[in-house]
Order: sequence, then C-alpha cells, then structure tokens
Amino acid sequence: MAKLRKLKEFLIEKLIFASGIASVVFVALIFIFLLREGISVFKDTSLGSFIGGRFWYPISDPPKLGILPLILGSLLVTAGAVVIAVPLGISAAFYIADVAPAKLRNILKSCVEILSAVPSVVLGFLGITILVPFLKHFLKLPTGLTALAGSIMLAFMALPTIISISEDAINAVPREYKEGALALGATHWQTLHRVIIHGAMPGIFAASMLGIGRVFGETMAVMMVTGNAAVIPTSLLQPVRTLTATIAAEMGEAAKGSPHYFALFAIGIVLFVISFAINLTADLFLNKGRKR
Amino acid sequence: MKNESIKQKIGFGLLLAATLLVVIPVLFIIWLIISRGWSAISLEFLLTMPRDGMRAGGIFPAIVGTFCLVLTSIAFSLPIGVLAAIYLSEYAGDNILTRVINLAIINLSGVSSVVYGLFGLSLFVIFLKFGVSIISGALTLGIMTLPVIITTTREALRAVPKSYREVSLSLGATRWQTIRHSVLPSAISGILTGAILSIGRVAGETAPILFTVAAFYLPKLPHALSDQAMALPYHLYIVSTQIPNIPENYRYGTALVLVGLVLIMNIAAVIIRSKYRKKK
Repeated sequence: MAKLRKLKEFLIEKLIFASGIASVVFVALIFIFLLREGISVFKDTSLGSFIGGRFWYPISDPPKLGILPLILGSLLVTAGAVVIAVPLGISAAFYIADVAPAKLRNILKSCVEILSAVPSVVLGFLGITILVPFLKHFLKLPTGLTALAGSIMLAFMALPTIISISEDAINAVPREYKEGALALGATHWQTLHRVIIHGAMPGIFAASMLGIGRVFGETMAVMMVTGNAAVIPTSLLQPVRTLTATIAAEMGEAAKGSPHYFALFAIGIVLFVISFAINLTADLFLNKGRKR
Repeated sequence: MKNESIKQKIGFGLLLAATLLVVIPVLFIIWLIISRGWSAISLEFLLTMPRDGMRAGGIFPAIVGTFCLVLTSIAFSLPIGVLAAIYLSEYAGDNILTRVINLAIINLSGVSSVVYGLFGLSLFVIFLKFGVSIISGALTLGIMTLPVIITTTREALRAVPKSYREVSLSLGATRWQTIRHSVLPSAISGILTGAILSIGRVAGETAPILFTVAAFYLPKLPHALSDQAMALPYHLYIVSTQIPNIPENYRYGTALVLVGLVLIMNIAAVIIRSKYRKKK
C-alpha cells in the first residue's frame, strides 16, 4: 500500500515536471515547425533579397518575394499606433493609479478591462463600419482604408496593456518617495511628475514595449482596415499591408509547397524573432524595476 | 504658490482628458454594438442555420463551433497549465531552468496570433495529419492560452500562506498530498479565474483558426473533433468583409453575440476574483 502510494507520488511529480517544461517545449516546437516549412524559401531567394526586396509579387512567374514593403508597412502602422497609445496610456495610468478617487478608479479600471477583452475581429468590424468611412469623409481621401486607420485601431488594442502594466509600476513605487516629496512641500502634481515617474520608469518602459509587441503582432483588425496594398508606404494616409495581414490574407490561396507558401512561413519566422526580441527586452526592464 | 496650484490643475486636467479619450470610445463601442445588434437577436437568429449565402437565417453552427473549440482547448490546456503552475510555485528552485521556463511563458504570450495559426497548420494539420479540424484548432488555441492559465494559477498558489504547507507537511503528509489537499483547494478561485479568462480569449480569437479549423460556410453541425466547423469570430470576419449586401443588423447581431459571450466570461472572472479577495 505504501509502495503503491510512493509510485503514484513519483508519477505525479514526473507529470508536474513535464508540464512545467511544456512551455519551453512548445516555444521550441513553434520555432522548429515554422522553420521546417519556411526554410525552403531560401533555396531560390537569398536572405538579403527576401528581407530587402522591394517587390512582393508572390504569384508572378518567377515570383518576386521581397518583404521590405510589408516590413515598412508594419513599422509605419506600429509607429503611428505608438505615437497615439504611449502618451495616452501613460497619462491614463497616472490618472487611474494616483489621481482618481477610489470609486471612479474602479469604474475606469473595468472599462480598460472591457477594452482588453473585446476580440480584435470585433474592433476590425467597427473599424470598417465606423472609422474608415469617417476618415474618408473627414480627411477627404479616396479611401479610408489607410495606415492611419490601422494605427488608430492598434492604438486601442495596445492601450489596455500599456495602462495596466504602467499602473502596476506606479503603484509599486515606494510610499516613502511620495510622502517624502509631499513633506518637503511639493504639490501632488510636482510629486507625480518629478518623483513618482522616475521610480516607475522601468515599468512604464516595459509596458510600452509590451504594447508595441501586441501591436506588431496584431492581425485581424489591421488586415480589415489598412487596405492591404503591398507597396512601400510613403504616408499614413495610404493603404498599406503589414507582415501579419499578408500571412492571414494569402495563406488560404497559396498552393502548398509553392515558393509563395514557403515565403509566408518565412514571414512567420521574422515575426517570431521580432516578438521574441521585444518580449525579452520588456522582461529585462520589468525585472530591473522590481529589483530596485 | 498660486502658480503651482494652477499648474497642478492643468496637469490633472490633461491626465483626465487622456483617460476620457480612452474610456469614452470603449463605452461608445459597447453601446453601438448593443443598440444596433439588439434587433437582430431572436431565437431564429441564435438557433437556425444561415440561409441565402449567409444574408439571412441564423448563426447556430458558428455558436456550436465556438463552443466545441472552447471545450476542447480548455480540456487540453487547463491540466497542463495548472500542473505547470504547481511546478513553478511548489517545486522549481531559483535556477537557470526556472528562468528559461519563465522566459518561454513570456514568449508564448507574446507570439503573434497569426504565427500560432501557421504553427497549427504546420504541426497539427500537416505533420500530424489531423487535417483542418476542430482538434487542430483547439490544440493551437490551447497552447496560445497556456500563459494566461499558468500565470493566474501561479499567482493564486503563491497567495496561499506558507503555514498551510508547513502544517500539512509536519503532520506527515507527502509533498503531493499537501498540494492536493491543502494548497489547491485554497487556490481554486484563482485557477477558475484563469480558466474563464482563457475561455474568453479562445472564443474571440480569429487568426489562429483561419487555417486550422474554420469553414467559410458549413450549414451543418460538427459531429466529431476531426470535422471542420464554423466559428463566431471567423463568421463575423466573413460577414463583415467577404459578403456584400448583408443587412447591417445581421452583422451587428453577430458581433453582439460574440462580444456578449466574451464579456460574460470576463465579468464572471471578475466576480469570482472579488469574492475571493473579500474572503481573504
């Protein structure tokens, strides 16, 4: 009986360990299986002409598989979103964490949580029915399906991440900092923007990085509102196409085993590597903030 | 001094304005979906097949498909996620392996949803020959939601006081008995919160199921995990971009059902969490 229990305990502990390392296994599997399909694109195309190629004509003969326009499209839309979301998000985080009265704080926090729960396809749907016609009319453009529409959409998807993580960072600033500043005669506002902001900086930076990561990898909303023109973008008021939207829109049509199909997986590898780098950086800053 | 108090007023005013710029659109979105989608909701809409090239009829198969995806993926990810959290909170030491695991979890939560779609296509659909099916999509979604389950469960386990474990161990219980009978029951609401949040996430994701499950139009219900299925988020994508001349309230109705489902899950999670906090 005791032996049986020991065996059971042994097995369960092995199972717990296996589950513990499952995340590592899955990350490795994702990389391996992207590589397995994506690596073949480099039989015909060099890495330089894949990343730096100016033309994405995947179904012409021979196909031109340059993802530079897609990379620039992603960067442009992301940059636009960051310009909107980072200042808004950090300001809102300060208001919610340090200024708002307790009752209002809870209401505001639930609104942010609701926003983070709304599926991206729903935001994309509202984007094409409300935002895109509005932009077209308001800015008198030939089409409202532009990088700007994508940036606004993505800014909203990044805001919950930026707000909630910045808020944690602000709340984690030691009370003594705030009390010390107030005791020295500083106003609440002076304390906030000269003292608290310094203590919370690493966390705010990490929050912004994670927001950028979310934006860069976002797919559905951006595909629905940016117009998907695979050309090198020159302005926010033009249609663009991002890396993510290219995969989502074209994978259904790409013939399995064609250069086009392999190229879409190779784009997946690019996205995977970029998100890895962004998350690693954010994590370093979060840990730095905690240690202090 | 007066100068400073004016500065403070302006500063706080700006912060409030920024907050309102975030919050008002959220309320506007919710109001818009409810007010424009409400008229479409009926028993026929919820419980019948689509007709006329999805311009009329209901969204029943999409609702059923989403439920199948949610149940299958949670059945896969909940046990692994909870056990992984137990490992991290109760067994793991402060060593390189733990840091690698934490890094992997952060990375899993950061990978683009469409990259999960590619991964699911490559591993489950093609390599393991599951085909375009509920099981392929559910496994893909399950891996995607693992970080949510692991992190919420880990927080819940860490919040269980050390004395619970010490008492149980000192009475002669083994490590696993202590976890099973003393630690897990106190953490159950945290685990539920994680599960419910991940259900909301699974129900709303589109990109990971594009190439692994989703059927454009399939006016019958799935019978097995190896069947293709329609799903609510993908259906919303189809009706809002691919098919012209759909009555507007049909689109908003689909959005309302999807948002309603996801928000109910989130509200449930919030209620469970706040009850738990009160008890402490």
